[in-house]
Amino acid sequence: MEANRIFPDPSKVREELIQKYPAKVAKKRAKSIIVNDPELIPEVQANVRTVPGIITQRGCSYAGCKGVVLGPTRDIVNIVHGPIGCSFYAWLTRRNQTRTESLMDENYIPYCFSTDMQEENIVFGGEKKLKIAIQEAYDLFHPKSIAIFSTCPVGLIGDDVHAASREMKEKFGDCNVFGFSCEGYRGVSQSAGHHIANNGVFKHMVGRNNTPSEGKFKLNLLGEYNIGGDAFEIERIFDKVGITLVSSFSGNSTVSQIENAHTADLNVILCHRSINYMGDMMETKYGIPWMKVNFVGAESTAKSLRKIAEYFGDEELKARVEEVIAEESPKVKAVIEEILPRTKGKTAMLFVGGSRAHHYQDLFNELGMTTVAAGYEFAHRDDYEGRHVLPGIKIDADSKNIEELKVVPDPELYNPRKTEAELVALKEKGLEINSYEGMMKQMTKKSLVVDDLSHYESEKLIEIYKPDIFCAGIKEKYVVQKMGIPLKQLHSYDYGGPYTGFEGAVNFYKDIDRMVNNPVWKLIKAPWEKAGNGAGLAASYVTQ
Amino acid sequence: MLLRHTSKEVKERVGLTINPAKTCQPIGAMYAALGIHGCLPHSHGSQGCCSYHRSTLTRHYKEPVMAATSSFTEGASVFGGQANLLAAIETIFSVYDPDIIAVHSTCLSETIGDDLQQITRKAKDDGKVPEGKHLIFASTPSFIGSHVTGYANMVTGIASQFAVSSGIKKNQINIIAGWMEPSDMREIKRLSSVLGVKIVLFPDTSDVLDAPQSGKHEFYPKGGTTVAELQSSGDSLSSLALGCISAEPAAIALEKCCKVPFKTLDIPIGLTATDRFIMALSQAGGVTVPDEITADRGRLVDVMADMEQYLYGKRVALFGDPDQLVPLTEFLLDLNMKPVFIVSGTPGQRFEKRMNLLLNERTPETKFRNGIGADMFLLHQWMKNEPVDLLIGNSYGKYMARDEDVPFIRFGFPILDRIGHSYFPNVGYSGGLRLVEKILNALMDRQDRDALEEKFELVM
Repeated sequence: MEANRIFPDPSKVREELIQKYPAKVAKKRAKSIIVNDPELIPEVQANVRTVPGIITQRGCSYAGCKGVVLGPTRDIVNIVHGPIGCSFYAWLTRRNQTRTESLMDENYIPYCFSTDMQEENIVFGGEKKLKIAIQEAYDLFHPKSIAIFSTCPVGLIGDDVHAASREMKEKFGDCNVFGFSCEGYRGVSQSAGHHIANNGVFKHMVGRNNTPSEGKFKLNLLGEYNIGGDAFEIERIFDKVGITLVSSFSGNSTVSQIENAHTADLNVILCHRSINYMGDMMETKYGIPWMKVNFVGAESTAKSLRKIAEYFGDEELKARVEEVIAEESPKVKAVIEEILPRTKGKTAMLFVGGSRAHHYQDLFNELGMTTVAAGYEFAHRDDYEGRHVLPGIKIDADSKNIEELKVVPDPELYNPRKTEAELVALKEKGLEINSYEGMMKQMTKKSLVVDDLSHYESEKLIEIYKPDIFCAGIKEKYVVQKMGIPLKQLHSYDYGGPYTGFEGAVNFYKDIDRMVNNPVWKLIKAPWEKAGNGAGLAASYVTQ
Repeated sequence: MLLRHTSKEVKERVGLTINPAKTCQPIGAMYAALGIHGCLPHSHGSQGCCSYHRSTLTRHYKEPVMAATSSFTEGASVFGGQANLLAAIETIFSVYDPDIIAVHSTCLSETIGDDLQQITRKAKDDGKVPEGKHLIFASTPSFIGSHVTGYANMVTGIASQFAVSSGIKKNQINIIAGWMEPSDMREIKRLSSVLGVKIVLFPDTSDVLDAPQSGKHEFYPKGGTTVAELQSSGDSLSSLALGCISAEPAAIALEKCCKVPFKTLDIPIGLTATDRFIMALSQAGGVTVPDEITADRGRLVDVMADMEQYLYGKRVALFGDPDQLVPLTEFLLDLNMKPVFIVSGTPGQRFEKRMNLLLNERTPETKFRNGIGADMFLLHQWMKNEPVDLLIGNSYGKYMARDEDVPFIRFGFPILDRIGHSYFPNVGYSGGLRLVEKILNALMDRQDRDALEEKFELVM
């Protein structure tokens, strides 16, 4: 019975999920709903258009570029060129924490900048207004950098944000101005915007400052956006271990760190989906290898630290990593031992992001909980099946529109940090160097993998599996909770966190324990509803 | 300091908006459409619009907000979005089975010139709208007006596309709700019922965006104005439009299509605006005002009189939407307070006229501004130059309030960090009482916090 609850016949589930769709839609969705087999890893249709009318979790390219990748930067004045809404909705809503060294340092995160395009700008063009806006921002703040983000109408009316940026940059001389063509209609989801952001940051920021960075073990943290303070916890651990963080992309980052990032000796990638392009481009241009790590989960954090030490190949570092793990582990262990009896055997579903649905499975494993179904909102096949499928991925019309930068080794700065032979040796030791195995390899056989889950499918899945917790975002939060099932937001963490590292693991264990065991879920039915009718209840009181 | 780059020196800006006191049209259209029973709002544009609007409304209400999107890609943006919308309509009726789809446009579909009237007609002609189901639309370009304009446009679309005139008048009054909370709409219905006037209230988001926890997700919650009610609005004796920007356009449309006369009132926030509402509704419905309502009113006036010393002369800065700010400003004046700075990102000359009428005599020193250039950055600069005792506005105000150490009351849209707005009304006399309580609590907590030990009062 219990096993059936955890894994109902997945092929039947799949049939049920698509039966209500019109035939064409059903045919398309079927390819994105896959019964997992970690040995064979079947193909998942991903990164394709959402059928119009389907209630999707997905957002747009602008959200991926401005919201996700550039949003956490604090000392860039990020001006959104477009009608007011796009800038308004991305204003402080992603919880990218940042900590300046002094109260005088630049921090524009609490601000919202927009050109607030009006009808006449749409009709006659908005470039003039954009240039005025850039000038006004420069005059008011004298920032190091100003970035321009294009919204849907900008591309359609032909405003050239790049030319406007170049012109203003030359005019100022002491302010780096650059633009992003991240109109919301590009690509099929936020993912296109990630790629566009990577290209822009690589072109306009990385490599501008060649001052050698200090430190023995120098790395960049890629795809960590410091939601709820995640990057702070990783920084704490790096400090303790003696690893130098040259730059983060982009949580708690500064312009000067990003401009100096190419002086690091390793890129570690957390969110593969949103930042893998940067890893590849920096490897090609500067010879810095990238490695997939995961700091979500205490065991995963320990594993990732060991991999980093292994990469640097330094015995002292390896010993220090072991010391830190030994120091941090007891408090984690104490908490999980206390909580585990209450969470063990429970089930979870994760439908979120382009990496989180994978990473958070580690934390649920630590809680003794099974992930019965998972999927991403905007990932590609390589995030599911592993990067080995990359050569076989068909480039469709939507992906073709996203620029692929042609990157070549820098004639002066290219310096391979490891020889080919060293890299091969490291890979043999299990380090995911320039590679990522994807989510499905880690998921159990017969678990369900669904890409771009629709609202309808989520309700069906919940009905069938009755999971103990569902992980998604704000749009799904109260829908699922109305069904009597707690929903953990894995974009905003329900305004908690951090969830990375050792302290984050403890936070997560406690939050999940609190959520799945909250008495409120047993209080939903009124006593008279349980008793069947009011009269019966009243009568029983009388006889007591 | 959170807003550490906000300087005291005010410089006129013409290109850059900083910390806007408005957002864009489509979210207002989505909110309005949720107030129709069995309706699924549909955003004709990129996925991001729909996602952002649903997210913001969800954060504000902590409730499910369902809406679909045409999921534009680059192809649709070049060749037009008709195919996407037609496909969406088919998918929505077969998967989500709403009674109504309410389509609104976005800056994207407006820029490429998609004509919603033509596309929705084609959908009907092609048989994509099942028997007994409805497809309505509103044009809501994000580059004109604000979220309030979008709300007004959708409410107008609802009125003009549903109302029919049968030729036989019904003994009922339309109340067209300006942008207000479900709690406010519930209170309007309660007041009408106490008055004994039969009304058709639309839109009505009560029992939609304040739905109870039942263990089941009701995709179409029990609330919302029904199609039958909307159709009958063409036969009503008259309409009361609550808000000249968010509600009046729908009343004008009803007058045009069904010859229903209308009167425009403020949203009944505060004593005087509620007085006008009660007078107007009792006159429209031909009823006398019952003692219950007079007693409600009396309680509010009683508190205003009893606590006047804590309110007198207090300088208030406020920002938000015009239809709420006008009656709120009037209420603050009735409370003997000084609304000194007022900002609204929503354009429109009516705001200026009303504010001039209200303020010229009583607080001629008040600075107010709306439309382009009227943003929270400007408001903050004003506050830095001439400090205030109280700030009233949406959740974004908390950054200014913290930096300037000013008591802060959340009011307007969006409220992302507190609950209450969807459950407890701001309208009517009870809403007025709630507002006074909030204002007093904020001011008196501050007095307690800052009082010297020897000046710390037990009885206040």
